[in-house]
Amino acid sequence: MNFTAIAAIYKFEMARTFRTIMQSVISPVISTSLYFVVFGAAIGSRIEEVDGVSYGAFIVPGLIMLSLLQQSLTNAAFGIYFPKFVGTVYEILSAPISAFEIVIGYVGAAATKSIALGLIILATAALFVDLRIEHPLWMIFFLVLTAVTFAMFGFIIGIWADGFEKLQLVPLLIVTPLAFLGGSFYSINMLPEFWQDVSLINPVVYLISGFRWAFYGASDVSIAVSLGMTLVFLAATLGAIAWIFKTGWRLKS
Amino acid sequence: MPASSDASPILAVQGVSKTYEGGFQALKAIDLEIAKGEIFALLGPNGAGKTTLISIICGIVNLSSGTITVDGHDIDRDYRAARKKIGLVPQELTTDAFETVWDTVSFSRGLFGKKKDPAHIEKVLRDLSLWEKRDNRIMTLSGGMKRRVLIAKALSHEPELLFLDEPTAGVDVALRREMWAVVRKLREAGVTIILTTHYIEEAEMMADRIGVISRGELILVEEKTELMRKLGHKELTLHLQEPLGAVPEGFSDYDLSLSEDGSSLTYSYDTNAERTGIASLMRRLAEEGIRFRDISTKQSTLEEIFVNLVEERA
Ligand SMILES: Nc1ncnc2c1ncn2[C@@H]1O[C@H](COP(=O)(O)OP(=O)(O)OP(=O)(O)O)[C@@H](O)[C@H]1O
Ligand SMILES: [Mg+2]
Repeated sequence: MNFTAIAAIYKFEMARTFRTIMQSVISPVISTSLYFVVFGAAIGSRIEEVDGVSYGAFIVPGLIMLSLLQQSLTNAAFGIYFPKFVGTVYEILSAPISAFEIVIGYVGAAATKSIALGLIILATAALFVDLRIEHPLWMIFFLVLTAVTFAMFGFIIGIWADGFEKLQLVPLLIVTPLAFLGGSFYSINMLPEFWQDVSLINPVVYLISGFRWAFYGASDVSIAVSLGMTLVFLAATLGAIAWIFKTGWRLKS
Repeated sequence: MPASSDASPILAVQGVSKTYEGGFQALKAIDLEIAKGEIFALLGPNGAGKTTLISIICGIVNLSSGTITVDGHDIDRDYRAARKKIGLVPQELTTDAFETVWDTVSFSRGLFGKKKDPAHIEKVLRDLSLWEKRDNRIMTLSGGMKRRVLIAKALSHEPELLFLDEPTAGVDVALRREMWAVVRKLREAGVTIILTTHYIEEAEMMADRIGVISRGELILVEEKTELMRKLGHKELTLHLQEPLGAVPEGFSDYDLSLSEDGSSLTYSYDTNAERTGIASLMRRLAEEGIRFRDISTKQSTLEEIFVNLVEERA
């Protein structure tokens, strides 16, 4: 293992984050606060408890997941897309470093950033609602697993994208809708039966459900299924990345 | 240090060809060996395949067939060992924008798995006159400085084999001299250097051996001095006492040309030929009563040799 190289990429990516620290931290804190004002306080006061928790507290895990998915995805996507775009990727490709190490560097940095952000949102949320976390270790576990999985997914998108539109298309057209429809703001059980079944196609349902279980001990689908589906998704992204580096797809001509 | 056949080569390229997606064949079965410590200049017109060959060796472009070893390490199977030895200065000015000079050069060293060594980075930056700019963001540098940043990045991890793909494009004369001074120093330290350039006088000045590539084929590899001798034409110019109206009759055996104003005759001859024909030409001219004030000779430059070669093929 070329640990020095992994550290170099990781540090480089984290430095990029710190250069844009204001937008990286301020904007999610503001938008989370807005969500609480609108959904938690204004609308939430008219909604009864969901699964035995107040609506304001109920949406916290979903809100964190929403940011986590978007941030890990876009960060990793941008992290590898940008060197490709400006040409500096030549150095990564010519370095004595394996695909695996490259991925650890980029994905690790993107995941770190989004996890830190998730924790900041959690802290912000604690200002608005009474939080309880029944399974803190599982909470962290889901946080990390999801951040890593979506950072890998983002890495693939960054390699696939050959323009800035594509780079934004996936988060905008796929991930955000899936997160909203995946039960960020409601429990799947509140839907008519048909739509409950449709929802189960959405992988984000399993992430949010598992994450919410870690907080309140109640979930839409069983925790084992949540875990299983997350791992399947992780394995799929791993497989895709292995193939990309083996063939040089979109990286080497 | 010219190529010596006994030592094992630092770079061995065997039957390497490259067909880009879309079917364009950029390289056709290239064979090339580079000895440790030599400076090799790769010349060829735009689109000949120089950058493609370098990119394949460095792992940026996949090869279609053939094998490449760097100091005995296969670039695919043993890519770590192979790539550790290589430094690449790409043709395109591809740099980060927001990072400082110091950070980007240190990053390169880390990427190649080398322990931190601020003293080495400082030396590299000083050698390339970048030390004053070390804390500047790269986007605030001029084009020539960015080019030197790329060189500094390539030298940051102390490569044994250095590729310079048109390192002097866009660099002013003074800096170009400085840059070649750096290259000479590297060579003295035992670094093997492969460079491409369109300034042929640079190749003539720097290289031990020269390869000419045209349309994806390596059409010639030769020691520079040998090349100059072999392909070198010399010109003998006779400045006449009285201008002539035309090349005198009876001299068709000689490759003679008359200057526009008729005041000088130029004789082109092959330095390699058994006899240059100079003596007999002189005698004949004397017989014809043609007198001259002065004579001068001129050896063809590498550029002329190169243009001839590529045109012959076209
Ligand atoms: N990614 C690519 N896809 C398809 N064709 C390519 C690609 N890169 C280069 N080529 C083609 O391969 C040929 C060789 O290109 P290359 O860049 O190796 O030339 P070069 O000798 O470095 O030229 P120059 O002196 O202009 O730098 C050119 O015809 C070029 O159009
Ligand atoms: Mg080129």
